[in-house]
Amino acid sequence: MVTPTRAEEALERELRRVAGAVPDPELPVVSLAELGVLRDVRVSYGPCGHRSVRVELTPTYTGCPAVETMSEDIEAALRAHGQRDVAVVTVLSPPWSTEDISDEGRRKLAEAGIAPPRPQGGGGAVPLSLAIRCPHCGSTATELLSRFSSTACKALRRCSACGEPFDHFKEL
Amino acid sequence: MSAALALGDDALVLSHRLGEWAGRAPVLEEEVALANIALDLLGQARSLLSLVGDEDELAYLRQERAFRNVQLVEQPNGDFAHTIARQLYFSAYQLPLYRELAVADGPFAPLAAKAAKEVEYHLDHARQWTLRLGDGTEESHERMRRACAALWRFTGELFRPVEGLDADPAALEAEWLATVRDVLERATLPLPEGPRSGGWAAGAGREGLHTEAFSRMLAEMQHLHRSHPGASW
Repeated sequence: MVTPTRAEEALERELRRVAGAVPDPELPVVSLAELGVLRDVRVSYGPCGHRSVRVELTPTYTGCPAVETMSEDIEAALRAHGQRDVAVVTVLSPPWSTEDISDEGRRKLAEAGIAPPRPQGGGGAVPLSLAIRCPHCGSTATELLSRFSSTACKALRRCSACGEPFDHFKEL
Repeated sequence: MSAALALGDDALVLSHRLGEWAGRAPVLEEEVALANIALDLLGQARSLLSLVGDEDELAYLRQERAFRNVQLVEQPNGDFAHTIARQLYFSAYQLPLYRELAVADGPFAPLAAKAAKEVEYHLDHARQWTLRLGDGTEESHERMRRACAALWRFTGELFRPVEGLDADPAALEAEWLATVRDVLERATLPLPEGPRSGGWAAGAGREGLHTEAFSRMLAEMQHLHRSHPGASW
């Protein structure tokens, strides 16, 4: 076990910031770090000081088609930073949860007209009772139109007060 | 790896069937819902088949006899009620199975833990529609009843032991039956009669024997890849 030097640790932090700042391809208002899908960024050194970067990414949903675009975008961002050997791998465990979305991420989702997921109090994903607030007018009088919406991670709702339909990032 | 193939093929084939609703669903929201569920299943299939070999080769280049999915998932979409009955039967099986695999210390644990949360939504979707159709109009009740009865004989196969699958079939079956019984009861629908296993029941999909409709589905699913080997966008 080699203890990383301070410079190496600083580089890892820097690369984590670069990778984490990549916007989500489907919800570009939030970054991958805010969405909570960036699991790890590790730098390792081979012989002759060859440096390689390994990034761990987790999908929101198993079939999320954006994962490939995310991988490419992360790779491109790290290459632009000067890293030549970059590998992005997808990991499933532990499973991503909407709890992994940061507070900043939730705020940005709401600002973009998408009701953020409600905090979960244990139990399963489906039985929930907290009201979902309309991201347009703030009313809590909203109704579910469909549990499935424009992407796997969202449900479609309508506000009874202002009449606007909106997406809700459903709890998982 | 026969278990990975069995579960992967279940997910792949049902995903394709649900995808056939694209452009034909009764309402737009339902079109999106079925496509979303299909996408979740496709994600499961990719993970599971990748444990066995090259996912594309397995999906597109195997002959019918090499597929190990249960016959339930290959049944044609029929009317909307048939699709919902198929979803109810399958999701009510997949959810307890994945929950069990998620806590077992096997190769399926990471995927099962992730996918179980998605399947909760699938089961909920099927449950809501079964209630709405069963306890709806005379016409919707009759169609839902007919669909549940028609697919009943395919459900016994779900609980046949699969080599390499660390799950107790009898416990799964008991939980499945309790779920289905509860939903049908609340939907004012009778629990179908007739055998679910034995000589008159269907189900040798796990051994590679499939129903006629499957060959046509496979032809459509595979023809593009086979006609243009190695092509990419």
